[in-house]
Amino acid sequence: MKGVLATDKRGVRELGAEELVGWDEVTHGVVLNSFDLEVENPAFSRPEERPYSDFNSYTATVASWRVIKPVYNRDICIDCQNCWVWCPDTSIISRDKQMLGIDYDHCKGCGVCVEVCPTNPKSLLMFGEAEDPEAALAQWPEKKKKAKK
Amino acid sequence: MAIRSIKNLKEFSTANERFEGAHLLCPGCAHSMIVRELMNATDDNLVISSATGCLEVCTAVYPYTSWDTSWIHIGFENSATAVAGAEAMYKARKRKGTLKDPDAPVKFVAFGGDGATYDIGFQWLSGAVERGHDFTYICLDNENYANTGGQRSSATPIGAHTSTAQAGRVSYGKKQKKKDMVAIMAAHGAPYVAQLAPNKWKIMAKGFQKALETEGPCFINTVSACTTEWKFDPKDTIHITDLATDTLMFPIYEIIDGHKLNILYRPKTVIPVEEYLAAQGRYKHLFKPENKHVIERIQKEINEKWEYLQRREEAGV
Repeated sequence: MKGVLATDKRGVRELGAEELVGWDEVTHGVVLNSFDLEVENPAFSRPEERPYSDFNSYTATVASWRVIKPVYNRDICIDCQNCWVWCPDTSIISRDKQMLGIDYDHCKGCGVCVEVCPTNPKSLLMFGEAEDPEAALAQWPEKKKKAKK
Repeated sequence: MAIRSIKNLKEFSTANERFEGAHLLCPGCAHSMIVRELMNATDDNLVISSATGCLEVCTAVYPYTSWDTSWIHIGFENSATAVAGAEAMYKARKRKGTLKDPDAPVKFVAFGGDGATYDIGFQWLSGAVERGHDFTYICLDNENYANTGGQRSSATPIGAHTSTAQAGRVSYGKKQKKKDMVAIMAAHGAPYVAQLAPNKWKIMAKGFQKALETEGPCFINTVSACTTEWKFDPKDTIHITDLATDTLMFPIYEIIDGHKLNILYRPKTVIPVEEYLAAQGRYKHLFKPENKHVIERIQKEINEKWEYLQRREEAGV
C-alpha cells in the first residue's frame, strides 16, 4: 500500500507559486488537460495510477490553509466510511473498503470528518497543525461511558 | 449500464474519485460533497458544465482544474444550454458515425448555484428542459449569491439576513418567500425532479443515479449549506443539513413525470424550526422579541408545505 498515501505528484506546489501569464494573455477557449496521456475513463483507474498533468489541482496543495488538522487513530476506526463520503476535499484515502489515512496536501482542516465519526472515542480528532502525530495519539481520550438515564 | 451498485457506504467508498482536492472552495463547503457524490455514483463518462458561481470559480482557478472529466467553463446563465448543445452534438455525431467510441456510455450534467438556477439561468434552463435534451441539471442551493458576497437571490428564504436584504432597525432581512423551483420544474413535465440533501447520502446517490438513468431532462435541487454566508462553523455542515431536513425546512421528495410525488425521507421526530434558525448567524435577529412573528410564519409555512406534500403523495396523482 505504500505509495498511496504519499505519491510523487500530489501536492508538489503551493497554489499561486508558479509564474502565471496574465488573464489578458490567455487565448479564448483555452483547454486545460487533466492528464498528460490519454486516459480512457478515469473512473476505472486509481488516483495513484493516473498520469496527472501540471494543470491538475491534484498536483497543488492547500495545506497552508490549515490551522488545525485531523489526526487518525487506526486502532479505533471501524471503516464505516462516513468521513470518506462527507469529506469536501477528497482528502480521506480509502482503498478496498478500508480507511488508510488523511491526505494532508489537500485537507483544509474543516473538521467535518471528526463531527461525523461515530466511534467512541472518535477515531479522528482535531489537533493543532504543529502537533506531532505520535504525541497526538498518545493523548487520545478514553472511551466515554454513556450517562445513565 | 455503468451505474454503480451502492448497497452500503463501504461499497460506495470503492469509487475512484474524479473530483480532485486543492480546489478553493471554503473548508466545510457542501458543494464539493454533492459533486463528489454525483461523480462517484456512476462509472460512465461525464460531460459537465458549471454556471458561474462558487463551484465554477473555485474548481478552475487558472492554471488548475479539479475535474478529471470533460468540463465546460461557461457563463452565468447558460450552463443548461451548454450541456444541451454538447448533448445535441453527441447525438448528431453518433448518428453520423463519427464518434471514436460510439458505445461508451456518456452522461450529461449541468451544475448551477441557486443564483444561476432560480434567477439568472432560469429562462435558459426552462428552454433546455422544454426541448427535452437528455441531461441532468443539479442546482446547488445555498440560498444566496455566495460567490459575490452573499446577496439575496430568489432562493433566499424569508427572514434571512443577506448583504442586500439586511436585518436591522427597519427590516428583518428578506421579506419575500422562497421560490418553489421544484414545483416549477415539475410543471415543465420533466420526467424526474427531486429535492435532495447531502446528509442523506444514500437517498441522494440513488436520486442522482435515477436522474442519470432517466432519459430526458431531469432537475435536482440539492441543499448546500454555506458556512460563510449562513454563518456557522465549518465543521457543522452536516449537522446544519441534518437540522434542515429534520425541521422539514428542506423536505426530501421526488416528482416523477411531473405529477407523481414520493416523499423520500420522513424524520422520526420533527424538530421545531427554531433549532435550525438558532444554529445560523443569518437568522440571529429573528430571536429579538419584535421579530417573533417571522419565526411563527416560517413554522406555519413549513407545516402547510409538509401537509401539502403528504396529501399529494397520498393522492398519487
